Amino acid sequence: MGQIIPYIVNGVSVGGQYALIAIGYTLVYGILRLINFAHGDVFMVAGLVMVYTTTALPLYISLPLVLIATVVLGFTIERVAYKPLRTAPRMSVMISAIGVSYLIQNLAFYITGGVPQPVTKPIPWISNNVELFGGSTKMVTLVTPVLTIALVFVLVYLINHTKIGMAMRAAAKDFETAQLMGIKINSVISMTFVIGSFLAAIGSILYFTNYPSVAITSGGMPGLKAFVAAVFGGIGSIPGAVVGAFIIGLCEEIIKGLGYTTFSDAFTFALLIVVLCVKPTGLFGEKVTDKV
Amino acid sequence: MKMNKKKTIFTAGVLLVLFAVCVLLDLTLPSYHIAVTVIKKATVYALVAVSMNLLNGFTGLFSLGQAGFMLLGAYTYGVLTIPDEKKATVYQYFENGGLPFSFTNIFGGIFGDKVGTVVGMLIALLIGGMLAALFAFLIGLPVLRLKSDYLAIATLGFAEILKAFFQWNGLGPITNGSNLLKSYPTFNKATPYVLLAGAMIALIVLLINSTYGRAFKAIRDDEVAAEAMGINLAKHKRLSFIISSFFAGIGGGLMAMYMGTIAAAPFKSALTYEILLIVVIGGIGSITGSVLASFLYIFSSEWLLRGLDSGTFLGINAPAVFKNGFRMAVFSVIIMVIVLFFRKGIMGDKELPDLLDKRPKSRKKKEAAGK
Amino acid sequence: MSKNVLKIENATMQFGGVVAVDNLNLEINQGEIVALIGPNGAGKTTAFNVVTGVYQPTNGAVYFNGEKIIENHPQGKMKKLYKGEHNGEYTNVLAPTPDIITKMGMARTFQNIRLWKSQTVFDNVLIAKHCRTTSNIFTATLRMNRKEEAKQRAEVEELLKVVGLYEERNELATSLPYGKQRRLEIARALAAEPTLLLLDEPAAGMNPQETDELTAFIGEIRDKFNVTIFLIEHHMDLVMHISDRIYVLDFGKQIAEGTPAEIQNNQRVIDAYLGVAEEDA
Repeated sequence: MGQIIPYIVNGVSVGGQYALIAIGYTLVYGILRLINFAHGDVFMVAGLVMVYTTTALPLYISLPLVLIATVVLGFTIERVAYKPLRTAPRMSVMISAIGVSYLIQNLAFYITGGVPQPVTKPIPWISNNVELFGGSTKMVTLVTPVLTIALVFVLVYLINHTKIGMAMRAAAKDFETAQLMGIKINSVISMTFVIGSFLAAIGSILYFTNYPSVAITSGGMPGLKAFVAAVFGGIGSIPGAVVGAFIIGLCEEIIKGLGYTTFSDAFTFALLIVVLCVKPTGLFGEKVTDKV
Repeated sequence: MKMNKKKTIFTAGVLLVLFAVCVLLDLTLPSYHIAVTVIKKATVYALVAVSMNLLNGFTGLFSLGQAGFMLLGAYTYGVLTIPDEKKATVYQYFENGGLPFSFTNIFGGIFGDKVGTVVGMLIALLIGGMLAALFAFLIGLPVLRLKSDYLAIATLGFAEILKAFFQWNGLGPITNGSNLLKSYPTFNKATPYVLLAGAMIALIVLLINSTYGRAFKAIRDDEVAAEAMGINLAKHKRLSFIISSFFAGIGGGLMAMYMGTIAAAPFKSALTYEILLIVVIGGIGSITGSVLASFLYIFSSEWLLRGLDSGTFLGINAPAVFKNGFRMAVFSVIIMVIVLFFRKGIMGDKELPDLLDKRPKSRKKKEAAGK
Repeated sequence: MSKNVLKIENATMQFGGVVAVDNLNLEINQGEIVALIGPNGAGKTTAFNVVTGVYQPTNGAVYFNGEKIIENHPQGKMKKLYKGEHNGEYTNVLAPTPDIITKMGMARTFQNIRLWKSQTVFDNVLIAKHCRTTSNIFTATLRMNRKEEAKQRAEVEELLKVVGLYEERNELATSLPYGKQRRLEIARALAAEPTLLLLDEPAAGMNPQETDELTAFIGEIRDKFNVTIFLIEHHMDLVMHISDRIYVLDFGKQIAEGTPAEIQNNQRVIDAYLGVAEEDA
């Protein structure tokens, strides 16, 4: 039993990181009904920017730079690749998202030469080791869940009590009517990408503090899993995404702890398929009906 | 009627010329020549792209499981055809690994070495396709009820699950775990690939132009109307999914032949994305487009644009820019341009014979206006 | 007494707490043209959707040619929520999907035109023949069904000539003018070889001249194709002109039934359409 505790702690931490990515998926899906396949790659780019900037610049410059660069990237992707396709069939937008993902990965490959970039200067304090339940882990493991929850509270407040938050809710409920009611739909959508990317950047900083290097494919898996978390929780629902992410993070680490590392990814997808088939709206999702 | 005849002759002519060129290249060039490699790889991609188009373009089901079905086809092919005498070296980490029989040896015993090997290869390919189809049937039962993007992510997840199973050492005695499968028989020349993939694509074309293909298109255009007109949605979606997966499985087997070794790693979601993008470049809903785009894509990435990765391109020597990865970066930019600005791709929903039509719509409209 | 084609028995359709169709009883006999009218939101299209299998009724049954094809009773959460009548009278669950109902011999059109956009006029009609094809996917792919295919194509050509769309057969369905698209939808429904044709607001969006043409056309197809017709319509000229009988719905409830002349003079119908003066108004 004692051996499983570090895995649970890890699971909560990984879950927190997934949650930060999952929110980006769920916000965008809530409004655009689009699986932003590029979101995982935005997460990866944030990691790369962190690696490059922390080696060259002091922390108080490099960390804000990571956040700004990621937000700009997320904003640009939306403006360049999704906005022109607003009236196109959903499949076209999804293909565009896959195209962006492909583009980012290939550009990253070109820039990095395909070599995983080592995290040479990990961020101090959060990368310190701490003793916990007889095991040793990095500070980030403990910081992540706390920070995640705090950020989620801020976000939920933002969405429930500010004007832009209200606009986001309106757009998620009914895109076209919101537009007719004078809501500047494009700025609302940009805002969701900005928020999503910002949280992904924080998630990325936390995530890669735990890893020795950032590879161009590092974004794919966490990205997909975060998406699964969003679906699991009920896509469009922020608390759902967070709960889903923590559950998936925990399950994965426990499976690893039991010695089935090969299947930790497979489990996540099996869970996805089961959820989709049994309760496609997820834990907290709303039911949508088609009109004839 | 006259136009139809013209079209048939035109299509047959173009296909014959292309086939003749391929045979000629095979006869004159050594099998390791880049042209032969390009044809081999491109035909495999063309088959898989067409199979994906059948599902995504013609039935309107956005599925991203292609890599998973290819993986099944590839492994089935490899496992069934590795000759008995090579098994000890291939499965060196698993004692007595591999199946207790090999199609290569069985059919070699019946028809003689040369013919028997080919027969064994073909049957293994077919079984690979059938296994992929069986899995498609099983996974389709729950998954096909899902709507567009949920279906996409569920099929993508399914492919990842399959990959994990094939890398699992528990299945090692058959799949060789995380090690390579190799030493199975392959075709060296390009012509067999062209013939095989060509025959498969021809079957798909026949299907699409049959009453079932028309039903698929009706589902794509308007599901509610299709169901109201007596088309059983569940049955037809399942059919399309199974058939598409069958051909993806065969494509996977051919891919295994082309690559010479099999591992689970190349059959990742990136492969599905690559094929999807080929379909988009060619035009969603055009078989000709998918084939054309496969050849263009493979030709440029394997041959024409090689220089972009290795220092010199079009005589310009700039190793600092033209370094590893530049080719794919350029490619992805081109793809994005197509996705954003030329959404119809090269062919739109037109096929090879339609090239003979000279703007039929505007002419007809004039006629109608004249009346 | 001619044969009964369609019978809706005590059908109630409740969405959550909203009763869209409330205890509807309706009979249509062979060869009749029966109209279902009522103000907007009266539940007419919902009734169509119940009959064609798009929705499963909350309670009640539907008979087609004397055979019970649809039946349901409140289940699950609906047991508590159910506000309709005849609760407990139905115990079976019969819920065929729309395609099965079409194969039984019922075909419909839609209020908002739902043609297959990328297909030609000819193919739109030909695809509707798919449900009558006997070939399986192998024989169809390998072209072993040439005879059947040729027969179907000939039938479609014939049908297009009858409805007057033969000239436009190779055009895209969506390139047709609005009135012809409506006509094509009817042709497509006829291609499925129905005995009962359901038309959901066939004259919606048509001008008076087009409506007159359509009125004549509906009468024509009943005689030529020997079908019974059940239609929803707002154009009263059309309804009064061609209907043998009319059912009137208001707020999901049937408020009148009778010949056009009876309906025109029915006080409840007039009230429903024009509104009643409230006592205190």
